[in-house]
Amino acid sequence: MELVVSSITQRGDFFLKIEFKQVRSTLVVKLSGEFDMMIADKLRREIDSRLDSKQISNLIINLEKVTFIDSSGLGVIIGRYKKINSQKGHMYIVGASPSIEKILIFSGINKLIPIYKNEQDIINI
Amino acid sequence: MNVRNYMRIEFPSLPENVSFARACVSSFAAQLDCTLEEIEEIKLVVSEAVSNCIIHAYNSRSNEIIVVMASIGDERELEIMVEDSGKGIADIMQAMEPTYSSDESRMGMGFTFMKSFMDNVEVRSKVGEGTSVTLRRTFMYHDKEALA
Repeated sequence: MELVVSSITQRGDFFLKIEFKQVRSTLVVKLSGEFDMMIADKLRREIDSRLDSKQISNLIINLEKVTFIDSSGLGVIIGRYKKINSQKGHMYIVGASPSIEKILIFSGINKLIPIYKNEQDIINI
Repeated sequence: MNVRNYMRIEFPSLPENVSFARACVSSFAAQLDCTLEEIEEIKLVVSEAVSNCIIHAYNSRSNEIIVVMASIGDERELEIMVEDSGKGIADIMQAMEPTYSSDESRMGMGFTFMKSFMDNVEVRSKVGEGTSVTLRRTFMYHDKEALA
C-alpha cells in the first residue's frame, strides 16, 4: 500500500510556525522558531485579519518556542498592542525564554504589555 | 586590530537571508569562545544591520546585493561590516536615534540594539550610493575554571 503524505507549506513556514487558538473573546497566537522580518508581514496580516473579522477583544502572544526575535518581530508585537489598545482590549505575552525576555525588557515592551510565564497565569488573574 | 581570521559573504536582499547572515557571522564568531548570551547579541546586531539594508536601503527590492564581512583579531576583537549599495541615509544622526523609524511597522530599535551590544558602531553613507555599518566589540576572556 502506498502512503501519500501531503502538506501545504508556505514560504516562511520553515522559519516560524504560527498557530491560532480562540478562547471566547481571546485570540492566542503561538509562535515557534525565529521571529524576524521573514515572517513579520505575514504574521501581521494573519493576526489583523482575525482581529478585524472576529469578536476578539484580547490577544495573547505565546513565545514559548521562539528562539530569536529582532526589531521586526518587536514591531509586529507593538503594532498589535496599539490596535488592541485602541479597541479597549488587553494584550499579554507569555512563555518568553530568558534571552527573549531580555530583548523585550530592553525594548521597553514590558512596560506596555504584561509578560507572564504561561497562559494559565493569565487565566488565574 | 591584527586580523587573525576573516570571512566575507554576499547575497541578494531576500528576507530569508537575514537568518542566513546572522547564522554565518555567529558561527564564525564562535571561534572567540563567546558565551551563549554574547552569541545571541551578535545574531541580533547582524539581523538588525541586514534588515536595515533590505527595508530601508533597498525598499524591500529583492534583487540587490548585500555584503557582510567579519574579522577576528588577536586580542579577541570582532569587527562586522554590513554594506549595501542602496539609497543611502541623508541624516545619520536622526537614523540612529532610538525609536526613530522611517517605517511605521518597525520598532526603530535597530541602531539602539547595535550601539548597546557592540563597543562601537560606525556608519558611513552617501545618498544614492549606499551605506556601510561597521560594528566592533572586544570580548573578555572568560575564566572557565572560575565558572566551573
